[in-house]
Amino acid sequence: MIKVRKLVKRFGLKTVLRGMDFSVDDGEFVALIGPNGAGKTTFLRILASLARPSMGAVNVAGFQLPKDAADVRRRLGVVSHQPLLYVDLTATENLKFYGRMYNLPDVDTRINEVLEMVGLASRRDDLVRTYSRGMQQRLAIGRAVLHDPSVMLFDEPYTGLDQDASTMLDEVLRTVAARGRTVVMTSHDLARTEDLATRFDVLSRGKIAASATHEDFGSGNLLSFYKGVLEEGKKQ
Amino acid sequence: MKKKNSYLRAIGAVAWKDLAAELRSRELLSAMLVFSLLVILIFNFALELDIKTRDAVTSGVLWVTFVFAGTLGLNRSMAIEKDRGCLDGLLLAPVDRSAIYFGKAISNLAFMLIVEIIILPAYSVLYNTNLFQPGLLLVILLGSIGYAAVGTLLSAMSVQTRTRDVMLPILLFPVIVPVLITAVKASGGYLQNLPFDQILPWLNLLVVYDVIFIAISFMVFDYVVEE
Amino acid sequence: MKSKPSALKTLDIVSFILLAVATYLALVFAPTEKVMGAVQRVFYFHVATAWVGLLGFVAAGVSGVIYLRTQNLKWDLVEQAAVEISLVFFFITIVLGSIWARPIWNTWWTWDPRLTSASIVELIYLAYLMLRQGIEDPDRRARFGAVYTLVGAISVPITFLSIRMFRTIHPVVIGNKSAAAEGGFSMSSDMKIAFFFALFAFTIIFIDLFWNRIRLGQLQQKVEQLKLKVME
Repeated sequence: MIKVRKLVKRFGLKTVLRGMDFSVDDGEFVALIGPNGAGKTTFLRILASLARPSMGAVNVAGFQLPKDAADVRRRLGVVSHQPLLYVDLTATENLKFYGRMYNLPDVDTRINEVLEMVGLASRRDDLVRTYSRGMQQRLAIGRAVLHDPSVMLFDEPYTGLDQDASTMLDEVLRTVAARGRTVVMTSHDLARTEDLATRFDVLSRGKIAASATHEDFGSGNLLSFYKGVLEEGKKQ
Repeated sequence: MKKKNSYLRAIGAVAWKDLAAELRSRELLSAMLVFSLLVILIFNFALELDIKTRDAVTSGVLWVTFVFAGTLGLNRSMAIEKDRGCLDGLLLAPVDRSAIYFGKAISNLAFMLIVEIIILPAYSVLYNTNLFQPGLLLVILLGSIGYAAVGTLLSAMSVQTRTRDVMLPILLFPVIVPVLITAVKASGGYLQNLPFDQILPWLNLLVVYDVIFIAISFMVFDYVVEE
Repeated sequence: MKSKPSALKTLDIVSFILLAVATYLALVFAPTEKVMGAVQRVFYFHVATAWVGLLGFVAAGVSGVIYLRTQNLKWDLVEQAAVEISLVFFFITIVLGSIWARPIWNTWWTWDPRLTSASIVELIYLAYLMLRQGIEDPDRRARFGAVYTLVGAISVPITFLSIRMFRTIHPVVIGNKSAAAEGGFSMSSDMKIAFFFALFAFTIIFIDLFWNRIRLGQLQQKVEQLKLKVME
């Protein structure tokens, strides 16, 4: 579903991603973890076609980036730590706007479905300005799945959420976003990530330093695995 | 056919979104309106707007007002997108970037026209002149189109710099001079009831400017929003 | 990138010599003009610097477009150099023009097409430099710079045309019948020598400054690169 080979991203003279290799199979849920500044957000932005690679090959859903960017975007849903919503519009209006931008048929029916799925049907005509952060994130997920994408990208979705909101977001993530789709998520919340994802990749110093599944953790857990990888990296 | 349909739909969606949001909050429009009225008030004290000189000076006063109030609108319109990361939301849509440009330009133009439609009667009443002449309205429309076309492009740039709001007038004003000159001359011509063949060359130049700058702006918009 | 290439060093010396010769020609060799007197000598450098400014203006616009097509940062440097040089030379042109205007037309400034357009170009350049100052990312800085020079390059000629629809009092010097009436004058052959030599000299000076500036920019980039290497 996602194939990245020797991806290099430079900002002027600074190299952020140095020949990264990465791949995700259909239906996998991959968590991308790493220290701040490792390039996680940059990488996700490249996958989301919001930034261009300096060098290397990026393939998403069978299309090449940046060449076939429009085709990729049709199959891509993105949830970032900013909700990407217009505060002076209602939830319905926000979804209607995005529905039109994605040129969806039967926009109204789809909006009803999505609002039900994320549990916001009762607040559909309230301005997003009145939503709590947790509700905004749920609506953001609704926006992201509106066009039924096959690939989902999450960039630090739990940022700024309290325990209750995070748990609710978990539920929505599991049922709405992750089901039947390929997911790549970055997060600092290792505990939640451990439950959700099937595979864990560590991005450090512009490259994938390690990749593991639940079995590989053995007696430890994600946190110990992660710490171990960073220790290794420091030694080199 | 479907592709063209989605393009037009996207333009409509962006323009509708801006107008719907603004109609609800009215923050932008009220700011532009109050600002315009204040500018006209200041002109009253700064210039001698007695009956004799008024006709010669009116078109200049109007255009200065529109130009300054316009920057408020342009800045706010783009800032909304930038602040909550909504620009990314727009860029994620599987549609040509120029659709975003046209959508924003149309809503920016609409805001300017709304403000102008309210200022004209206000000015007419305050200074006892009739500004509702079709020729004048045409010039105001054409001038606003040129202003919004370049303004939308440059505001997309300025909103991404450190100095933000301040940057837009600095970028925009030197480049918008042809619009200002031709619009003021043409407006003045209509207000002073000059013969049409004296006004025509200015109208021509204004239209040429509009066409050139709409073309340039939408062709170059990609480079301004993409990374 | 070590020491200055010898070609550039030679060019530096040549430019300096040419400037000296041009100055001599303008201030000593050329005959004093009958009507205006000594202040007319300003004209030789005034037109030459305007010519250089114009060269820079066109170079900036063209390299901007080339950058957008090739995404090669080298062209961004060329564009920046062109803008800076053009900025300085147009400023000199305006100042020299003022010096000429004062005794002749009894005013430091007029709002005629050429002068006004030159001032607008200066403002566009300043806006350009301020724009670049406010952007961190080099690629974005280059893209925005290129877009703005393009917009400016198209807007200024239209501005010039718009203002020209008014009457002008700026002398049309080269081959104008009623030149005398508008404050113009016809040139004797000695004057023509001084004039064309100044044009030539300043073109060489332009190339010299351009080359030096680009080299300076490349050295700056090298320093940045070394800084980043050390930081890692």
